[in-house]
Order: sequence, then C-alpha cells, then structure tokens
Amino acid sequence: MIIAERKDLGHIVKMLEGKSRILVAGCRSCVSICHAGGEKEVATLSEALRLLAGSEGREVEIAEVTVERQCEKEWVREIERQVMDSDVVVSMACGVGAQVLQEMYPQVMVVPGLNTSNMGAPEEPGVFAEKCGGCGDCVLHLTGGVCPVARCSKSLMNGPCGGSQDGRCEVNRDLPCGWDQIYRSLERLGRLDLLEVNIPPKNWLPSRSGGPRRIVRPPAVQSEEEKEAMR
Amino acid sequence: MRSGSNLERVLESGRFAVTTEIGPPKSASADPVRRKAALLRDSADAFNLTDNQTAIVRLSSMASSVVCLQEGAEPVMQMTCRDRNRIAMQSDLLGAAALGIRNVLCISGDHQTFGNQKEAKNVYDLDSVQQLMVFRQMRDLGQVWGGDVLEERPQVFLGAAANPFADPFELRVARLAKKINAGADFIQTQAVFDLDRFERFMAMVRERGLDRRTHILAGVIPLRSANAARYMKTKVSGMSVPDEVVDRMKNAADPKKEGVKLCVETIDRLRSIPGVHGVHIMAIGWEDIVPSVVQECGLAPRP
Repeated sequence: MIIAERKDLGHIVKMLEGKSRILVAGCRSCVSICHAGGEKEVATLSEALRLLAGSEGREVEIAEVTVERQCEKEWVREIERQVMDSDVVVSMACGVGAQVLQEMYPQVMVVPGLNTSNMGAPEEPGVFAEKCGGCGDCVLHLTGGVCPVARCSKSLMNGPCGGSQDGRCEVNRDLPCGWDQIYRSLERLGRLDLLEVNIPPKNWLPSRSGGPRRIVRPPAVQSEEEKEAMR
Repeated sequence: MRSGSNLERVLESGRFAVTTEIGPPKSASADPVRRKAALLRDSADAFNLTDNQTAIVRLSSMASSVVCLQEGAEPVMQMTCRDRNRIAMQSDLLGAAALGIRNVLCISGDHQTFGNQKEAKNVYDLDSVQQLMVFRQMRDLGQVWGGDVLEERPQVFLGAAANPFADPFELRVARLAKKINAGADFIQTQAVFDLDRFERFMAMVRERGLDRRTHILAGVIPLRSANAARYMKTKVSGMSVPDEVVDRMKNAADPKKEGVKLCVETIDRLRSIPGVHGVHIMAIGWEDIVPSVVQECGLAPRP
C-alpha cells in the first residue's frame, strides 16, 4: 500500500489563501489505512479549517467527501458535482489520486493535503514501514524476501556496509539494517550461500531512472469501438 | 570580473565571442584532447569540454579541461546533473577552480538511455537551475549550499544552455530567465538552423531585457552532408532544421564546402541580431574545420 502523511495545517492554509469554496476530498484506500487521508482525517482537517477561518472572521464554505479510490476515474466521477462547485480541492489522497483528480477536472485547482511517502506496510498499529522501492526488477528471491533497494539506506546490492551494528543502520539507530535482516532471513531459509555471490551492477532501466513508467497489457486494452461502446 | 577568464574578458569588452567544442576521447590517453586544443587554440576564445556527451563514457571533462589548459587553450568545463549529486558537484567545482578552470557550463545532460550505460541509475539531485544557484552562492558568498564557509571561493564564469527550438516555445524564454536569475553569466544555445524561429526567440529575450543581463552565444553546427542535416531534422529531439537547409545540402556538388558556406552565412546573420554576443561552434568529429569557418567569418585572429 501507499503510505502518506498529512501536511501541516499551516502549509495547507497557505495553499488555500484567497479561496472561499473548499472541497476536502479523501480516499478510502491506502491513505485511510495509514490514518492520513480517510473519512476521519478529512473531517479533522475540515473542522480545523472551519475553526481557523471562524477565528479570523473569514467566510468559507468547506465541503467534505471521501471516495473509494481517488486513483480510479470511475470512483472520482461520483464526486464531479462537488468538485465543480469548488474553487479549490484539497486532495487527501496520495499523489496519484491528486493527479487523477486534477486530470479529470483541469479547470479546478487541486492542491495536495498529504505528503506521499512510500510503498510500505503497517508494522504494528500506527507504525508503517517502507518495503518496496518500485525498481521494476525484483530481487527478493536473492535476498530472503527483504528488499535491499528500499530497506538499505544506500540501496546496496552486495551489502551490508561498514555502518551496520547490532542490527541497526548507521543512518538512524531506530532503523533496522536491511542487510542484517537479509542475512537473518537467508540464515533461517538455509540459503546463506546466496550471500557469497556477487550481484553485478543492477539494471535501473525498469526503475524510475529509465523515465516515467507506463505498462500496457494488450489483452486488456480496448479497441476504439469498445471505448465508444463504453461511452 | 567574476572569474578573470578570457571568455569573460572578451564578452565584457563587448567584442563578439567565439567558443567551440572539444569532445574528450573514449580513452585513457589525453593526446586527442591535446592535439585538438593545439589545432584550435587560436580560433576561439574558449573551448567546451563535454561531460560524457550523449551519456557515453569518455575521458572526464575536468581532466580534459586541465589538458586544454596545459596547451594554452582556455576550457569551459561542462558539468551535467545526470551523474553527480550536490556533494560531488560542489567538490568538483572546487577541484576545477583549484586546477585553474575558470568557466563552467551547467547542464542537465543527455539521459543515460541514449548512451552506452543504459541501465545506469541517474542522479539529478539538482537540476541545472539549482546547480547555478549553488555555484553562484559558492562564488559570490563563499559558502557551500547550507552555509558552511569556504576558505577560498571558486572564481568561475558560470554558463548555461538554452534551446530556443524545443517546446513549448513560449516557456523557453521563461526558462532562460530562470537560469539568468540563478546566476548564468553566459548562455550557449542549441544549434541554430531555423533563423526565423531564433529571431523570434531573441525578440522575446530583448523584450524582457534578458540580453542585457547575460551574454548569449548562439550555437552553430557546420554540416558535412545532407544525411547529417536529415538526421538532425528527424532524429534529434529539440532541433529545428528547415527543409531549405536539407535541400541545399542535398543539391550541393561539394556538400562539405556547402556546409561551411551555410555555417558562415548563419554566423553572419546571427551577428546582426541584437543581443547575440557570440557564437558557439559545435563541430564534434570535424573539429579541424573550425579554423576556416572562423577565418571566413572574419572573426580571426582572436583577441
């Protein structure tokens, strides 16, 4: 899932300067699970914006809405009326949702309410950790199911570096060393032999380094006739 | 004087400047740079040493710049954002200045997928505008980014690139303004074949007074063949080559001679455009033609 955090109130208020009809649009998917942009967080932000406007004697209209998935047009279409009735939309989805919303309604300014952080998972209630670097060329079979791209601070492929101590990363002692975890995992799996093999320079072409990625699945692509029929 | 470079001196004196390029070799030998520098020394005010151009691994631009210096030719060290983060960039700027390099050209760099290391991870920690901001702070305030004080400032003349032929056209002038605001003392443009479009660009530049805040050197490429013209027209993004140019090259009895003639004519016309302070002649792989182009334009000898 995508992990995000809400921007601080001051930053959001600044983006909304001069706007009087504001729609706060949440998403019930990933950002809801990580307590950043679901229904509850939409209500909290809206209330804070109303209180602030009230205390400054400003007249603002703040509407709230939360869609199932802001990254998919089919769901976003359901809130078309509310979007079109606004001066500005604060997207409480990840950066993907915010962009889909803006693409669909180019005449209305969409501003981000969240900072999108990473692809990760809940570790324990309230704690979310990055797991995948989206490099486009998975090596989990070589690293005991622990991603060196996302979980080693240096993305080393033949780690660990000299800064690994007591299972902790040199960058931050609260952070587990990814390569320590790889080692423990391969030890449990009886595959420490994999750590003897030098992994050659990685192909970063399928990663973001190769340019924005676009994946096409031919069987799912609609012909012009099919698209027309859908309309 | 910001840098004391020869290029800065020529431009600040109001004379029409000439720069050209020397492509470093795919080799651990500096001899090709040495030979080209000796050949071109008297034909230009300064010489761009490209930084792994088209993302092909070559002798480094800093090493090549030093070789150029040893031959008595003033280098413009190119530095791309593709291969270095801000630590390496700032360190390399200090290194270059310490070695006597006085001109640095800040550029994004061709994407690595065009070169021979397609699988490389690119850096782009800074873009070329940010690179200029950082370098100007180092030179003018004597601070690295973040504020740590330098014992000695890098005395460099800062350059940037501009492409009037890329899209969206109107944004190109705004981007040039951003580079000037960030610290670009001089600008070298993409090669001009489409003079009409370039004149429109320059009119917009003058309208914003940008030509008075930086020195614009218009790029030119002497063509060797109709194929070269066609290739640039169809295969190189961000280039505009009018049909007349391709046709002229195609119909020429001696294409090389025609290419030089075309280049000389282009330079003559560029000299008449207000706000153009010099030319940048790019003749990679055909460097030995540069002296005659400069000669025929009446731009030799150099001051």
